[in-house]
Amino acid sequence: MPIPILKLHNYLLISIQTEIDDQTAIQFQEDLLDKIHKTGATGVVIDLTSVDIIDSFIAKVLGDVVSMSDLMGAKVVLTGIQPAVAMTLIELGIHLQNIPTALDLEQGLIKLHQELGV
Amino acid sequence: MKPQSGVIIRKEWDIVGARQVAREMARELKFGVVDQARIATAVSELARNIYLYANEGQILFNAIQSVNKTGLCVKAVDTGPGINDISEVMQDGYSTSGGLGAGLPGVKRLMDEFDIKTEIGIGTTITATKWVR
Repeated sequence: MPIPILKLHNYLLISIQTEIDDQTAIQFQEDLLDKIHKTGATGVVIDLTSVDIIDSFIAKVLGDVVSMSDLMGAKVVLTGIQPAVAMTLIELGIHLQNIPTALDLEQGLIKLHQELGV
Repeated sequence: MKPQSGVIIRKEWDIVGARQVAREMARELKFGVVDQARIATAVSELARNIYLYANEGQILFNAIQSVNKTGLCVKAVDTGPGINDISEVMQDGYSTSGGLGAGLPGVKRLMDEFDIKTEIGIGTTITATKWVR
């Protein structure tokens, strides 16, 4: 099932709620870039509050989608990464450096406002 | 709870299946939330290695009892090409797939015990155990 992408003013909001397999992750990458292109969104928040596992592949897809969106001119913030997920990722050796993150959706939107200067 | 379980890795979706079984077993064995995530992530990496390099294999789960501790033993068995140089794949950052998979050093860090046996042309068996704290 595709991951829903909601539009709010010039932002796109995504809350990942389901177990993500590789195919869903790649489809999401395409869908998001397409949606940025179509809507002209300047900011994106991907909320990961309900995600209880991020393995190296999902991490790579998320990292890539941030860089790809950046190339297109949209800022992405990842929010709500759970403590267990953060610990597991670092132990696994994945640091997701240079990726904007925030504690929750609200903080994520504040961060976008600051970065975009609106 | 079934003390034993196995998931055959053939399709990409089987990776998700394996990590779901891993989490389920870890939860039933009363692992903490963080250890559940560690085990599920380690299994996800092992299953992906099978899918990427061996095409087909199996992840076996075993609830184990020692003197005064309980653990979960995960065995990833494949009949793939085998690993040429184990010391090479155990280096952080080593990859033959262009960055897919954090590799075996990550799995080793997530688990308490880690063992790898491989034979060229025969296959690879990785055994990793986590103990309930």
